[in-house]
Amino acid sequence: MSARRGHGHGHGMGPAMARAGEKPRDFRGTLRRLLRYLRPRLWQIGMVFLLTVLSTLFSIVSPRIMGKATTVLFDGLLARNAGIPGAGIDFAQIARILALLGFLYLISAGFGVLQQYVMAGISQRTVYDLRNRVNEKLARLPLSFYDRHTHGEILSRVTNDIDTIATTLQQSLTQLITAIVTLVGVVVMMLAISPVLTLVTLVSLPLSAIVTVGVARRSQRYFRALQAALGELNGHVEETFTGHQVVKAFGQEAEAVAEFDRINHRLYEAGWKAQFVSGIIMPLMGLVNNIGYVIVAVVGGIFVTRRAVEIGDIQAFIQYARQFSQPITQTANIANIIQSTIAAAERVFELLDEEEAVPDPADPVRLERPRGEIRFEDVRFSYKPDKPLIEGLSLAARPGQVIAVVGPTGAGKTTLVNLLMRFYELDGGRITVDGVDIRRLRRGELRSLFGMVLQDTWLFHGTIRENIAYGREGATEEEIVEAARLAHADGFIRALPDGYDTVLNEEASNLSQGQKQLLTIARAFLADPAMLILDEATSSVDTRTELQIQQAMQSLMKGRTSFVIAHRLSTIRDADLILVMDHGRIVEQGTHEELLAAGGHYADLYYSQFAGGQSLAG
Amino acid sequence: MADIVDVGIVSGDTGYILRVGALMLLVALGGTAVAVLASYFSSRVSMGLGRDLRKAVFSRVQGFSLHEVDRFGAATLITRTTNDITQVQNVVMVMLRMLLFAPMMAIGGVIMALSKDPTLSLVIVFVLPVLGATIGAVAAKALPLFRAMQQKIDRLNRVVREGLTGIRVIRAFNRVAYEQERFVDANRDLTETAITVNRLMGALMPVMMLLMNLTAIAVVWFGGIRIDAGHMEVGDLMAFIQYVMHIMFSMMLLSMMFVLLPRASASAARINEVLDVVPAIADPPEPRASGPVRGEVEFRNVTFRYPGAERPALESISFRARPGEVTAIIGGTGAGKTTLVNLIPRYYDVQEGAVLVDGVDVREWRQADLRAGIGYVPQRAMLFSGTIAENIRFGKADATEEEIARAAAIAQADGFIAEMKDGYASEIAQGGTNVSGGQKQRLTIARALVRRPAIYIFDDNFSALDFRTDARLRAALKPEIARSTVFIVAQRVSTVMDADRIIVLDQGRVAGMGTHRELLQSCEVYREIVASQLAEEELA
Repeated sequence: MSARRGHGHGHGMGPAMARAGEKPRDFRGTLRRLLRYLRPRLWQIGMVFLLTVLSTLFSIVSPRIMGKATTVLFDGLLARNAGIPGAGIDFAQIARILALLGFLYLISAGFGVLQQYVMAGISQRTVYDLRNRVNEKLARLPLSFYDRHTHGEILSRVTNDIDTIATTLQQSLTQLITAIVTLVGVVVMMLAISPVLTLVTLVSLPLSAIVTVGVARRSQRYFRALQAALGELNGHVEETFTGHQVVKAFGQEAEAVAEFDRINHRLYEAGWKAQFVSGIIMPLMGLVNNIGYVIVAVVGGIFVTRRAVEIGDIQAFIQYARQFSQPITQTANIANIIQSTIAAAERVFELLDEEEAVPDPADPVRLERPRGEIRFEDVRFSYKPDKPLIEGLSLAARPGQVIAVVGPTGAGKTTLVNLLMRFYELDGGRITVDGVDIRRLRRGELRSLFGMVLQDTWLFHGTIRENIAYGREGATEEEIVEAARLAHADGFIRALPDGYDTVLNEEASNLSQGQKQLLTIARAFLADPAMLILDEATSSVDTRTELQIQQAMQSLMKGRTSFVIAHRLSTIRDADLILVMDHGRIVEQGTHEELLAAGGHYADLYYSQFAGGQSLAG
Repeated sequence: MADIVDVGIVSGDTGYILRVGALMLLVALGGTAVAVLASYFSSRVSMGLGRDLRKAVFSRVQGFSLHEVDRFGAATLITRTTNDITQVQNVVMVMLRMLLFAPMMAIGGVIMALSKDPTLSLVIVFVLPVLGATIGAVAAKALPLFRAMQQKIDRLNRVVREGLTGIRVIRAFNRVAYEQERFVDANRDLTETAITVNRLMGALMPVMMLLMNLTAIAVVWFGGIRIDAGHMEVGDLMAFIQYVMHIMFSMMLLSMMFVLLPRASASAARINEVLDVVPAIADPPEPRASGPVRGEVEFRNVTFRYPGAERPALESISFRARPGEVTAIIGGTGAGKTTLVNLIPRYYDVQEGAVLVDGVDVREWRQADLRAGIGYVPQRAMLFSGTIAENIRFGKADATEEEIARAAAIAQADGFIAEMKDGYASEIAQGGTNVSGGQKQRLTIARALVRRPAIYIFDDNFSALDFRTDARLRAALKPEIARSTVFIVAQRVSTVMDADRIIVLDQGRVAGMGTHRELLQSCEVYREIVASQLAEEELA
């Protein structure tokens, strides 16, 4: 006789789903907070609860009733065997019992379907809210948050963690209710049938507890080893694949495979042990169960011969005894799942608790006709409090001027951009546009005053038209084409088979780097801002496109105050003001001639970068 | 158990009941032992499958040429080697444990039911098609929904990812609200499908249970009639119900496949895609040259085009470089500079012409012998987790400590290594995140130097260094690489001015070749590049 496994509503069975438990730090607090998200749907949850209880109750009562039918059958048969005249099986009564049973089953199933139906709505809408909440939060977080967290990490919270919560809400919650109700109901029914038999069954309880705990402890050790090996393997694979070219260059393929084999073997050893140990929990529980079953069958059989219990009740009792241990294992399993769900929720809440950017002022100033006068007054700023970066910086840009920012890679040229656009908050001093402190403007308003063309050309999955139109909401077709024309992009766009309707793929790899740059310039033309922030990217483009970009940028800068992260000598020499940056600081400022005459940092840089210096060859 | 009822209870024979009870215990013990064994084998088999698959995929990827890695992208190759295989491995285990067990349970149940009472078994014949139809109907509806849901999840992820990568642009253009709308759209779309799927799957279980229970009722009813007619006994009926339950339950297990299989089959398809790729570059059966490389490199009328590209990346390139010579390659991005040097270690195969090293076509070399003679410094500095010494030793497995220190000194890396707490034993984090870009670059140069190769390839490595370090590094390098064949890819004219040969590339073609002075005379493109970088007074 094979052990019949789980019965009822459980589909969360199987050791494959057992996870190595990760523990939340503040279980109760996080749980309470998660429950708060369910509050708007309180009455629906109440309904689910009621439906689950009812559905479970009906399914608990039914074996007893089914047993009654058997009793009637058996009694009738015995009576006839005993030769009582006119005696026989009372089919009318059996029909009544079975009809009642069928009705109960139907209701139980109906409630079950309804319960799942409502719960699907609750769980999915709850995570819908949660996802939106997280996304809105992401929009309010300052850029410094994004510096501290990788994209993968943030993405995993928005998707994986929230998915975990959804699955738990959908399945585990109702399973937990079912399990508890079943457990209580089954014990009650068993007691009602025979307290003695119940006692016999309960004897197997400590046995199953010992089995579960013993196995769980061992399997946890293997699961930890499994996780460790998995982490190591992932690291090795990531490294080897991203460094493929280097691995090949140095002929290290065999070494990489050997190392992989070592980790893979450890993963296998820990893996099969973990799976095996957690896999035997089912058969072992089955055995404990079966022992109880045999005892019940034997003791029950004896009881029946003594007429202490009816035969149908024994049949029912056996079914109950079967159901009895299942919710216990299930609850243990669900407890694990809930723990990792709370851990996931904790990560999501952590994100929701991140400190937000300073809110926009209540009575913002509006600049109707921005002229583009920018001042930095005694500005102090640092990314990390203990590492001062910019101190006492003052500068003034009059409308229409070009300010060139120069310095070696990593000198912090983008920091200036970040401060201008108010991506970060100052530690001291102030920045003004047309004499107005930028903190008195709404962020959106401030940023709409600037046009930005960065080296990192961000385009999204959509048509070229949509990508250009991103510069200004509600732009007309003519305006879009005009912007593309000004940016020298119209030509290549029209040469594409689908023209402005060409859909850019995810990495926008169907355009060249230079073409992408031209599109972002077109975007800036369309936005028509009073001020510009440009990054002259020289490295990524071929000579011809480079020329077009240069021309496009030149015409874009006309009449606008422009901050240019400069690489071209011509731009730098013609600039009204040059800011020389090094190690995150502005070390010098002035015009080309002034700075050369000063013979400082700029002069060094100028001669080394632009005018030869020692060469490797020769 | 049927015997307890039919013989034991009916006759009131307690001894018989006990004997049968003991027998039942034995059967249960046997069943457990077999189940434990099954668990043992299923664990070993499924985890073993996972291990072998992982090894197969990893080794296959190691054999990939650069083109094949580019085609997939490193990120998806990583997921395929790790997550996808884990997915398949877990499903195989569940299948071995449950789904294999289910049909056996069903067949066993049917046999036992037939042996108890063939006539009553007609109930099963009637119910099974109904059950099958239910499962089929749900499957027909659910499978497309599952697929649609996966697509919607992908879409939501894409929106989030775009939002993350473009955060500055989005904020700069003040389009936060627009992005929110895009997200809410994708989110709502996903939620609606998810609700439908979950409702459907949620209905499946109760409905299956209902069918199961109704079958039990039918069995009792018809069984009662058969008992009344004397064709059957009560104990048999009870056993029969159990068998029917087994059959139905196994069908329910089978229906779990819906949840598991679509995911696993998607994963399996992704794994197979990797395994199906036959690496385009393989060693020749009989190599015509064996190391060590002397260093003579010749391009003979080489034309190379990336698969699927319209325009060749390189067209009709011919030149010859000898040991002791420095060849510089200059030109805008997309001109084909990196592609050109990548042909020397045979990262790609050319379509026309030939690349020769020591007079032998690189396709006639064993890849390992060829690459052992090349010191390659890639554009993107890439280090591996491990100590600094291990990273440098990557270039030469048996390098002594002196050799490592010497290479580090030339690469101007000894200074910052000495400042680190553990010196050469300092650990580099994965991806080299705990050293700066310039430091990383210098370590990759040391890694190439320690090999003392016949051919050096520097792919635009000097731009990340500040100019003082740059100058010192070049001065130290010069004697070290004097007897090798050196290739330098560069952006700055100042880096290449003194090279023995400058190759000016423009859109994959040689726009000019010669020394700085010669090119200034003859090559328009070179003059343009120089003009954009050097002050006029330096031109002469």
